Amino acid sequence: MRRFALIALPYAWLLALFLVPFLIVVKISLSDVALSIPPYSPQFSWDEGIGAFLAELDFENFVFLTQDSLYWKAYLSSLFIALVSTVLTLMIGYPVAYGMARASEEWRPTLMMLIILPFWTSFLIRVYAWMGILSQEGFLNQFLLWTGIISTPLTILNTTTAVYIGIVYTYLPFMVLPIYAALDRLDGSLIEAAEDLGCSRLSAFWLVTIPMSRNGIIAGCFLVFIPALGEFVIPSLLGGSGTLMIGKVLWEEFFSNRDWPVASAVAVVLLLILIIPIVLFQRNQQRASEAD
Amino acid sequence: MRLHTLTMASLLALTSAMASADEVRVYNWSDYIDESLLEKFEQETGIDLIYDVFDSNEVLETKMLAGGSGYDVVVPSGTFLQRQISAGAFQKLDMSKLPNIENMWDVVAKRTEQYDPGNEYSINYMWGTTGIGVNVGKVAEILGEDAPMGSLELIFDPANMEKLAECGVHFLDAPTEMIPAALKYIGEDPDSQDPDTIAKTEEVFAAVRPYVQKFHNSEYINALANGDICVAFGWSGDILQARDRAAEADNGVEIAYNAPSEGALMWFDQMAIPVDAPNPEAAHTFLNFIMDAQNMAAASNYVYYANGNKASQEFLEGDVIGDPAIYPDEATLENLYTTTPYGAKVQRVVTRLWTKVKSGT
Repeated sequence: MRRFALIALPYAWLLALFLVPFLIVVKISLSDVALSIPPYSPQFSWDEGIGAFLAELDFENFVFLTQDSLYWKAYLSSLFIALVSTVLTLMIGYPVAYGMARASEEWRPTLMMLIILPFWTSFLIRVYAWMGILSQEGFLNQFLLWTGIISTPLTILNTTTAVYIGIVYTYLPFMVLPIYAALDRLDGSLIEAAEDLGCSRLSAFWLVTIPMSRNGIIAGCFLVFIPALGEFVIPSLLGGSGTLMIGKVLWEEFFSNRDWPVASAVAVVLLLILIIPIVLFQRNQQRASEAD
Repeated sequence: MRLHTLTMASLLALTSAMASADEVRVYNWSDYIDESLLEKFEQETGIDLIYDVFDSNEVLETKMLAGGSGYDVVVPSGTFLQRQISAGAFQKLDMSKLPNIENMWDVVAKRTEQYDPGNEYSINYMWGTTGIGVNVGKVAEILGEDAPMGSLELIFDPANMEKLAECGVHFLDAPTEMIPAALKYIGEDPDSQDPDTIAKTEEVFAAVRPYVQKFHNSEYINALANGDICVAFGWSGDILQARDRAAEADNGVEIAYNAPSEGALMWFDQMAIPVDAPNPEAAHTFLNFIMDAQNMAAASNYVYYANGNKASQEFLEGDVIGDPAIYPDEATLENLYTTTPYGAKVQRVVTRLWTKVKSGT
């Protein structure tokens, strides 16, 4: 009985907080726009029966998504931006994590604190701070002008570059922490052994350190890639009108176009796209925990 | 057990106290009121005021049509008000609770009847025009002294826009404002409901789209004032506020507002009470407070928009009532046009076109 309760609880959680809302979204994605409260039809009513209600649903909105090139471009562009940001975050995050793991014991808590410290401020405020840094009259341009590196201010804010900066900045801790955890557990004597056996320091790094931190790298990459794919706040605040991301398209459909059915269809497809990396991530985590 | 009932009793007392606490939730446009009025309202009436802001009619409509927004007073513009009334989103005003209604200006009331017949659901808060905000110095530097700063050519002629792109141009993220302007530019009826005519504007936008830095409804106030951008197509009072902020900062930026010489859209922002407002009683109190002549004048003096309140005019400052960009004279008034809401089918054409324009695909 207790065992049953233990299993039932997480499933009930999933059912209430994921499956039910998802089914509601699916239902809206199958209906039509209407000028009413709420703005779609058919509304469900017990009097007319489930049959009549179901008969009015169709896949029109999904067909529409395939016909308008905007959506495919937005999905692809989001995938691309998420992928590039993940690689950039990894390239910056790995050395940081490596440095932390190599730092002396007494410094590590301080370094860890520095990574976590930005979370004490609201995410939104930090993104707004970047607007101040990157704008034409912002700190970055003022500084570069002052040093004489550039003579006219750079346009960074409201471009895709700003979106990359925002995503890399925001998700860097999610990359650093798992890699640090993996590197921290790394047995230093393995590297010594490799060096004793004739490896140069560089090849010891490639052949021992990187493979041993593989799980950390994979976890970090997923933790950055998955939220970056559906990111909305960063592209809408830092990005320009040329930055096409599916999170923004979804928002537009819902709030600007007031087309809930199409917005729901976009969300359903986005979820289907996200399921692949999430399942891969889950498997990787499982394998990692089995290996331990 | 006794402790238990005691806690229950005090909990009950607490919740009922919370329910009876008088509060009114107002959802208005950003940068649209003198905030000292909010405190004044609380002091005069003893009602707690919760004041939130939005910057797009579309977002407001989404909240209204979702229902249960929790707001007691909202401020849609004319055409949006009309759509939302027909969707059943608002309740009729109880005029007996609005003695200050006699302060209202019949000239404006006659125009708002187009959206709200009989003005049964709404009162006019402010009205204005949509036009061009320019950083006079920068635009003259780039396009020369004879730049068409008061014409739609400035923002729709690719030759001008290509040069202006380097100093930054913002457009409104509001298809119901931008499409009529583009129609006016190509000499069509700005209030056209014909999908083919509306589709013609796509070319106009596509030609200048690469030079538009951002489509946004409120960022341009600060961006203009700080000198981050040099041209914005936006709302009259917002641009005049940018002018003021630049003057206050004394940063050498000079902003001017021009209603396009080809014709400018005239719009009306109307205060209305949602059908499911939690506290309609307090909402009426708020509307009546706003319609007070001195309060309304204070708001207009602060945000540089004209209002629909005749009695407030004697309290308006000279640079508000005397500025034809705010209170247009007869000649300017003739050059203003209004629009009507799009039908459901045309609406989708419009939103599709706008998404396409913005994303540049």
